[in-house]
Amino acid sequence: MEFLIASAIGSLTAAGVYLSLRKRSFAVVLGMTLLTYATNLFLFVTGRLVIDQPPVLREGVTAYTDPLPQALVLTAIVISFGMTAVVVMMALGSFIEGGDDRIDLPRRDREGPGA
Amino acid sequence: MNHWLVVPVVLPAFAGPLIVLAMRHDLVLQRVFSTAATAAQLLLALWLLLQSMGGEIQVYRLGNWAAPFGIVLMLDRLAALMLVLAGVLGLVIQLYAIGSGWDRRGRHFHSLWQFQLMGINGAFLTGDAFNLFVLFEILLIASYGLMIHAGGELRLRAGVQYVVYNLLGSSLFLAALGTLYAVTGTLNMADMAARIALLPAEDTALLRVGAVLLMLVFAVKAALVPLHFWLPATYARAPGPVAALFAIMTKVGIYGIIRFFTLVFPSDDALMRLAADILLPAALVTLVVGQLGVLGARHMGRMTAFAALGSVGTVMVAVAQFQPAGLAAGIWYLVHSTLATAALFLAVDLIGTRRQGGSLWLRPAPPIVQAGIVAALYFAAAIAMAGLPPLSGFLGKLAVLQSVREGDLTALIWTVILVTSLFGIVGLTRAGSIVFWKAHEDGTPAPHPAEEPQPDAPGFPSAALALTSVGALIAAMVVLTVLAGPMMRFAQDTAAQLSDPQRYIEAVLERQEGVK
Repeated sequence: MEFLIASAIGSLTAAGVYLSLRKRSFAVVLGMTLLTYATNLFLFVTGRLVIDQPPVLREGVTAYTDPLPQALVLTAIVISFGMTAVVVMMALGSFIEGGDDRIDLPRRDREGPGA
Repeated sequence: MNHWLVVPVVLPAFAGPLIVLAMRHDLVLQRVFSTAATAAQLLLALWLLLQSMGGEIQVYRLGNWAAPFGIVLMLDRLAALMLVLAGVLGLVIQLYAIGSGWDRRGRHFHSLWQFQLMGINGAFLTGDAFNLFVLFEILLIASYGLMIHAGGELRLRAGVQYVVYNLLGSSLFLAALGTLYAVTGTLNMADMAARIALLPAEDTALLRVGAVLLMLVFAVKAALVPLHFWLPATYARAPGPVAALFAIMTKVGIYGIIRFFTLVFPSDDALMRLAADILLPAALVTLVVGQLGVLGARHMGRMTAFAALGSVGTVMVAVAQFQPAGLAAGIWYLVHSTLATAALFLAVDLIGTRRQGGSLWLRPAPPIVQAGIVAALYFAAAIAMAGLPPLSGFLGKLAVLQSVREGDLTALIWTVILVTSLFGIVGLTRAGSIVFWKAHEDGTPAPHPAEEPQPDAPGFPSAALALTSVGALIAAMVVLTVLAGPMMRFAQDTAAQLSDPQRYIEAVLERQEGVK
């Protein structure tokens, strides 16, 4: 179980880092999505892996799974979802204004018009 | 429990949506309401600063839940000082945005402004690590909106880079918090500090990984080299007033480093040495890169952005020692450099809005209207930015130089600070002489007085208000210089308070009468 989760987080992170280093904004957005998945999974297991246990401590219950990381993951998912929507809109905006979806700035940003 | 502590977060949280929902068709109403809300935040911050001067650490428990189960807000001297700084910047720059007409070049400027202030205020007040993440996201998402205010291709492209960089930073932030939670089992900063002191030795490796990850996150926000690549393009392409407000955003990163490495981690000596060993070289390189950038820039926005980078480096040189003297000097220079960066961005924007096509390129162009007063404001802001007397930057740099006199690297640090200051002075002087003195050398004759856009014309909604607000920032630095004695004592008291984390732990965890 630990191996499965750890390798899943690892491969998601690796793919995410690779894609976010690409120069087209579509690949970068995909890469960021994968990275946030990896982070969410990682957050989820910070309360340790426990199977088949209730998340809330009750009278007489000795084994339980930590509920706090689950609440954190919910918050993180909502935020990363919203942020991904924002970056998609902005990437679309710059694609429509600029005519291509390259992520790096064009030469005239450094040298001014007419360069 | 003092309920006023939560108002700096709640007030803009209500003002922002109200502006969108009820006033979106009436710009005048938006301006009046939003300015009133920001002014109220400034007054409140001043009042909280007065309360914090006594040295008591006030704790606000949201929903009256006992710490560490509920979220707490903490008000100490540093938080109060940063709130006042955010309030001053927020109000003055908002008046500039109204005076220069920036707020009507796109939609929802004022509500985004309130959300931005909500995130900044909350980040300074919170005593909970995950809550800090949430408030960081609030201030970032508002800043994405403000950054691309008024649109334009290059601005959108720079905005995409800014968003991507910060989203990667946010993922790193979550990973850092997850690691720290896995080690300590808590997210409350004071509780975390208490538990780290009791941590068994075999768990410290994971703790240090989490701490260094967190330091990287704050270094991204503070734009320390080599994590600074988002800053120059973002600040250069953002609308002038927005870039000026962003002057405090890098300081939020520095605030995070100060907060975590004075409150949460100081019980782990090896970790603190590690942090100092990483941060000091990074700060020196940041300083060099920033000031060389000022010298090499061909665009005034970029030049100011690099000057902001240099000021971050100077603050970090002082802070990275995590000693009371260094912290006091760092806090003083932090306040000064925030005001100076904002003033320089606004002065540059004054030039840009008066030039043909809003060009900020450092090339000779026809003379601008009101060149005299704009030149005077640029001159004063550049003096402040370069750290020359008589403005407060000189005293700040002196304090930073003095604070490193005890260490082994004094000669190196002094050389770097003094030589890079010279780079800064030359760069800023060159820009000023191209803009104001070579204004006639581009071959085009000066426009006939009758053709000049008058300050009352539509391009200049209220030039007087815009000029006054830049003047107000410079006046704030004059006040900082005149009241240098009391301000320095306050910075030393703040540093002394920060150096005693036990009092924070007591305030948050022990005095808990009447909570659930």
